[in-house]
Amino acid sequence: MAPRRLSREPLARAAVGLALGLPLGLFLIWGAGQLGGAQLLRARTAEAGGWSPDALTARVGETLHLRLTSEDVLHGFAIGQSDQPAIEVPPGEIVDVELTFNRPGRYVFYCTRWCGPNHWRMRGTIEVEGEGATETPPLPAYVALGIDIDAPHPAAVAPSRRPSAERGAAVGVEIPARLLSRESNLGLSPVELWQALRAEPGTRDLADSQVWDLAAWAMRATVTDEMVAEGQTLFAENCAACHGRDGAGEAAAARPTPPATTASHAHSKEPVDFTDPQAMLGASPALLQGKILRGGMGTGMPYWGPIFTEDQMWALVSYLWNFQFEGWL
Amino acid sequence: MNRVNLLQNRALRALLIPRWPQLGVQLAALAGLGILIAVGLVGSPVGNRNLAIVVVWIAWWALLMLMLVPFFGRLWCSVCPIPLPGEWLQRGAVLGPTASSRGSSGEARAQPRRRGLRWPSRLRNLWLQNATFVGLALTSLAILTQPRTTAWVLIVLVGSAIVVSLVFERRSFCRFLCPVGGVIGLYSQGAPLEVRVVDRDLCTRHIEKTCYTGSDQGYGCPWQVFPATLRTNVSCGTCFECLRTCPYDNVAVNLRPFGEDLFLPGPRRLDETFKALVLLGSVVTYAAVMLGPWGELKAAAAAVGTTAWLVYAGTFLVVTLAIAPGLYWIATSVGRAFSRVRATSAQVLSAFTPALVPLGITAWGAFSVSFLLANLSYLWPALSDPFASGWNLLGAAGVGWSPYASGVAPALQLAILLVGLTWAGAHVRRIADELGGGLRLALPVLAFTLVPTLGLMWLLVG
Repeated sequence: MAPRRLSREPLARAAVGLALGLPLGLFLIWGAGQLGGAQLLRARTAEAGGWSPDALTARVGETLHLRLTSEDVLHGFAIGQSDQPAIEVPPGEIVDVELTFNRPGRYVFYCTRWCGPNHWRMRGTIEVEGEGATETPPLPAYVALGIDIDAPHPAAVAPSRRPSAERGAAVGVEIPARLLSRESNLGLSPVELWQALRAEPGTRDLADSQVWDLAAWAMRATVTDEMVAEGQTLFAENCAACHGRDGAGEAAAARPTPPATTASHAHSKEPVDFTDPQAMLGASPALLQGKILRGGMGTGMPYWGPIFTEDQMWALVSYLWNFQFEGWL
Repeated sequence: MNRVNLLQNRALRALLIPRWPQLGVQLAALAGLGILIAVGLVGSPVGNRNLAIVVVWIAWWALLMLMLVPFFGRLWCSVCPIPLPGEWLQRGAVLGPTASSRGSSGEARAQPRRRGLRWPSRLRNLWLQNATFVGLALTSLAILTQPRTTAWVLIVLVGSAIVVSLVFERRSFCRFLCPVGGVIGLYSQGAPLEVRVVDRDLCTRHIEKTCYTGSDQGYGCPWQVFPATLRTNVSCGTCFECLRTCPYDNVAVNLRPFGEDLFLPGPRRLDETFKALVLLGSVVTYAAVMLGPWGELKAAAAAVGTTAWLVYAGTFLVVTLAIAPGLYWIATSVGRAFSRVRATSAQVLSAFTPALVPLGITAWGAFSVSFLLANLSYLWPALSDPFASGWNLLGAAGVGWSPYASGVAPALQLAILLVGLTWAGAHVRRIADELGGGLRLALPVLAFTLVPTLGLMWLLVG
């Protein structure tokens, strides 16, 4: 018996080696996978660190293979100013995504799910290098028009009733072409447009409220139904969490949520109430687009410039007037 | 004798006495432990997607409480991988006594390579295990949800077992320190499986006592028990070493009626009583924290190190170390006063310990049903993709969460709790009669048994 057992001890030790080697082998296989072509991109709420890594690199024309995973809650992944639909990233799961860039530049990726109080801070960049011309963004309209978007812009006058584009169309007064041009109206606030219309000889016999209706109609004539519809969708997905679906600025994400929200992350200013004529009728479309593009500079309003395309921002602006004018949609 | 010696079955005998089958299961468990530690450290930090969390705290713990302990007693201890590295280092061998542990003349040495110190007499009880269990319980919500913390707990347990094995003799870690070992030992008294000697007189006449001192066939009892004196399962780790070292084939692995250890006459040790009360207090607190409607309580339990957690920890300690034992003390004192039994307060206090065992094991069983059925579906994707890196080993990586048998679970939990209450009540009546106190002594203790049962019925079933 004893000699047989003696000969079996090395076998037993080898078996122990195998037992310990199994997890080690799995670990090495996993490690080799980590070194492969795919890049693991971990998502955590902004409070817990956001994207990791938050700076990626890629080459023009080469596929960037990302393996997305969330380490806490449901997140979304999208590339700013891109047509690619957002990708859901459920916690603990691996979602593969392949990206190819046609031109060099800095691209922003961001979370599309309201994952936490500072969801909008959850962004990262992809630096794409290689052949090709970098796309130069157009000069923002507010810069071209010399509008100081941080200056107060209260409405000098306000309508006695909510203006209606529909009623404005029925007034039957011809509006000069220069006041129906989108380009020329970009820098005009509704109040300035109303003042310009009020000064027209054709509106001399009209009541102020009728001129407001005309102004609403003139503004609606410069945007398309498609723009407004797209703006409505974008607003619901990106803005309503703070500004509210009704635009009144009292949505859940705008409220501090202690203790998860630290002082540095808290909104220093309440979101704008789009239903307030004083706040809105003194603002031109270019000013509003500038606010969206650049963000609120410490107010809690995100910097949407690298996320929305130029057209998307104008679509959003076109929808915002819905909170001031009747019959807009 | 209403017992059946399973070793009479040749297949079972061939399975239990040779070392290889046991070693095979131990090695599988050790490999599993290694995988769980690796996965816990580098896998997904999302608890329900991490194999370490899902296997250890959902599958294994529920298996332990619902199957292994109630039906097989300490059988898990016989294959537990935690103490293995320490034990092998202590013995200088994996399989059995080796050449190096033999004398110069070639005779087999009974002792392992490192004999180690004797565990201090004052600590040869369950008190340290009570402390390690409570220590783990205080931070359990963080451990149960954070894979890395779970991995580190496993590493610390293996490391502690190695250190203790190299300093002290035999399996001192398992017997006196392991936070789970004490739980298993206490509740294994209700199991229908035991290791006992067949003929005690034969043991008395056997001069070498190889079951304790060891022989060329195996090591002396790692659990530091002389099998002939075994009364209950509490201290027997069912390692089957005595089956190998007894030259007279005088050790049996018996199938017996449930809860035979609970009928043994005589007082119990207070550390056992206290252990049973700590476990009762713990399971009610766990159910309140994890299944109760108090979100702030759950958040406080998870926020280890914060002021809120300190308050929670203080409350947990008060409930488990003061309120549960205090209520029990009041119940036994009132019963003693009304019945005017001669036994001392301490004797009455410890005498009812057997009633706390079925009450506790069924309470833990009912609690385990709640999280097992609700969360078992997390196991399949975690097994399929253990590192959460996109693997699909079993083709189940995409399986979504779905609770099992949610309609049946409350009835099952209710049934388990009622079995425990009835079982405990029967022992309370019997023990009260044995002490000469009758119904007057029994009634307050019966009232005490209702407290955790009703509390759990409310928390688990609603």
